[in-house]
Amino acid sequence: MSEPTQTGAQREELVLNMGPHHPSTHGVLRFVVHTDGEIMRKAVPEVGYLHRGLEKLAESQTYAGYMPFTDRINYLEAMFTEQAYAMAVEALLATEIPPRAEFLRVIACELNRIANHHITLGCITMDLGAYTPFVYLLRERESINDLIEALCGNRITHNYLRIGGVAYDVDNIWLGQLESYLDHFEPIINEFEALIVGNEILIKRMQDIAVISRRDAVAWGLTGPNLRASGQDWDVRRDIPYGAYPQFEFDVPVGPLGRGQAGDCYQRFLVRVEEMRQSCRILRQCLAKLPEGDIKAKVPKMIKAPKGESYASVEGARGEMGCYLVSDGGKNPYRVKWRTGSFSAMSIIEHTSPGLMIADLVALVATLDVIAPECDR
Amino acid sequence: MEFIYNYLSGLELGPWATSILFAMAVLVVAAAVFLVALTIAGFLVVVERRVAGRVQSRIGPNRVGPFGVLQWLADGLKLFMKEDLVPAQADGPMFRLAPYLVMVGVFAAFASVPFGMLLIASDLNVGILYILAITSVATVGILMSGWASNNKWSLLGGIRSTAQIVSYEVPAALSILSVVMLAGSLQMSGTASSPGIISSQGGWPWDWYAFYNPFTLVAFAIYFTSAVAEGNRTPFDLPEAESELVAGFNTEYSGMRFAGFFLAEFANVYLMSAIATTLFFGGWQIPAVSLAAQAASFWLRLVGLAIFVAKAAVLCFVVVWIRWTFPRLRVDQLMSLCYRYLVPIAFACLAGNAVYLLVIPAGSTVDNVIHWITTGSFGLLVLVFLWRVRFHIKRSGDRLDFDLLARGEKGSFDPAIQARPYGKFRRRHGKESA
Repeated sequence: MSEPTQTGAQREELVLNMGPHHPSTHGVLRFVVHTDGEIMRKAVPEVGYLHRGLEKLAESQTYAGYMPFTDRINYLEAMFTEQAYAMAVEALLATEIPPRAEFLRVIACELNRIANHHITLGCITMDLGAYTPFVYLLRERESINDLIEALCGNRITHNYLRIGGVAYDVDNIWLGQLESYLDHFEPIINEFEALIVGNEILIKRMQDIAVISRRDAVAWGLTGPNLRASGQDWDVRRDIPYGAYPQFEFDVPVGPLGRGQAGDCYQRFLVRVEEMRQSCRILRQCLAKLPEGDIKAKVPKMIKAPKGESYASVEGARGEMGCYLVSDGGKNPYRVKWRTGSFSAMSIIEHTSPGLMIADLVALVATLDVIAPECDR
Repeated sequence: MEFIYNYLSGLELGPWATSILFAMAVLVVAAAVFLVALTIAGFLVVVERRVAGRVQSRIGPNRVGPFGVLQWLADGLKLFMKEDLVPAQADGPMFRLAPYLVMVGVFAAFASVPFGMLLIASDLNVGILYILAITSVATVGILMSGWASNNKWSLLGGIRSTAQIVSYEVPAALSILSVVMLAGSLQMSGTASSPGIISSQGGWPWDWYAFYNPFTLVAFAIYFTSAVAEGNRTPFDLPEAESELVAGFNTEYSGMRFAGFFLAEFANVYLMSAIATTLFFGGWQIPAVSLAAQAASFWLRLVGLAIFVAKAAVLCFVVVWIRWTFPRLRVDQLMSLCYRYLVPIAFACLAGNAVYLLVIPAGSTVDNVIHWITTGSFGLLVLVFLWRVRFHIKRSGDRLDFDLLARGEKGSFDPAIQARPYGKFRRRHGKESA
């Protein structure tokens, strides 16, 4: 690739191997980066380091037995994978879920969404060099982990949902704790904004960087916050309503918000900050409206789904989390296929990267919020 | 040093004996300066980690020694006992030499740091010029380490670092020039008879060069920014940008050589704070005490040392604070900040300062009023800033503690809950139904 210049010096591309163990490749992920000095020609993601065969594993598990495996698809949003899977099975079984269980699922998912955005926003700031906001957000996430631990006994891989409902009920103590957490956390979002969101250096690093147009975002199948930051108003919770979501009022933040243009890194950052606020709003409504009743529908101990197929999708923290399930009428799923937000986000990196600087690649990967295990499965 | 040389010459031992004794004395002083600088650097590592801990609402190292102050010794010993690894494809001699060059560049500058009135290893008449020159040696070391590691990340880090240091020396030197213009001397410390930069300032804040006029205040801001950039500290830590370049130029280093880079970086933080104290904040000057009195009394000079160290410590704290607050700039933004903003402003300050010196006679009423106004407005700015900091610290609070909540000590918790404090996971009453 060397091309002679006027001075006779050779111009060569520098091929950098970013990863698999590199501080800013979240999880185990590798980029082959072709650079000219600090400017990138292109960055090609190499995935597959974390392939654990989670789709194939389903074929040897019972329907109920596969639930803990779904947690491992993405350790940051375990509740969403659980719910997508539970909904897919429930659609096959045609089970009615008790309203209290639906509310508890919403509570668990929205808590999980906030916890996930803590990590995402923290990692973005950390990748841009500010370490302290990450620690603050991690501190807040600890409280959520405590809450979820009290809810179901697990902090990361929750295994809280069951086919037909949820595993454990909540009592008034836990609801009181959740309410005090919300009282505590809502001002913290403002404090986070004062600390870092309006920081001029941070804005300079992200504004108008790695712009993904709305057209590209739709074409590459981006979903969730990444899609909404590009200006496409789409949220599965609102547009394909599921669970208890139709009963809540919430806004869907769509870029451009504040400074910058739709689709740049800063918008992807802002959309997530705003989503934490909306999640708090949904949780407050949950607390006010939580109905009494059963937490689990009657489902047989050994589930045998009727022959057929179903697809269920939920609005995960990284976009549409979809589960496609095929049943041959036996006690194991015949095939499970996952559709995750990280996979499409990963695929757009190669398209967006030319012309960026190495430091911008870090910002792009961080704001797209790709999680290698979710991509590889 | 002149003092030792004069003393030895006075003994009349003959030229050879005098020279040998003098060389030995130089070695002793050099070792002392090196050890002092090393201790300061090590102590600063601990201070940084403790401050970072407080900033991030955690504790920080507190196990080794009282408040963890000996942590750096433990870490240093650990690093010294680690294997000194040289990568197979690296350029061996250059790879080994590089950390020493970086250390020489930083630690040699300590020879001209005026800790107290006579407490300066060598009060050269070109002191500040010497410091500017000798610290540039570190750049060569960094470039060497980046090149010799035979690692692309190291190379990028080395190149970035060199470009950065060379660029930021321009505004730093320009802002230093403002002070040199005021003092009329390059000497760091000086005495009453041979005025240097410190001895021509006064003890009170309005006598300091930082508050001499608005131009010098801006020059101080520029010097401080450039010095942070030269020290490769956040928000200008691109050469070692962890999330981009792994660890930059010292990626391949381990053990003792890594410790060398590490301590040099922290010694550099103190060095830049000490230089800023010397140039802009009156150094070791004690308020309301004349130079002659300070020269006469040992105890007063000790007070001067304490004042100097305290001022430098405040600046060090600010540097640490900045590091744990800001994100980092991108490499092109870094360069445009330097050449498009800092350099022109530094030039304007230099020119403004020169005009000021020509137009307003030193010691006149107007001159004094401007000193006071500059001091006052800066003080007001600091107060407002501290008030904002306190406001935000109060508002962000600490981690939500469910134990405290359960005991009803804060928050909006139902007192009925006190009967059952929140603790480890306990199975809730709604057991999983079949």
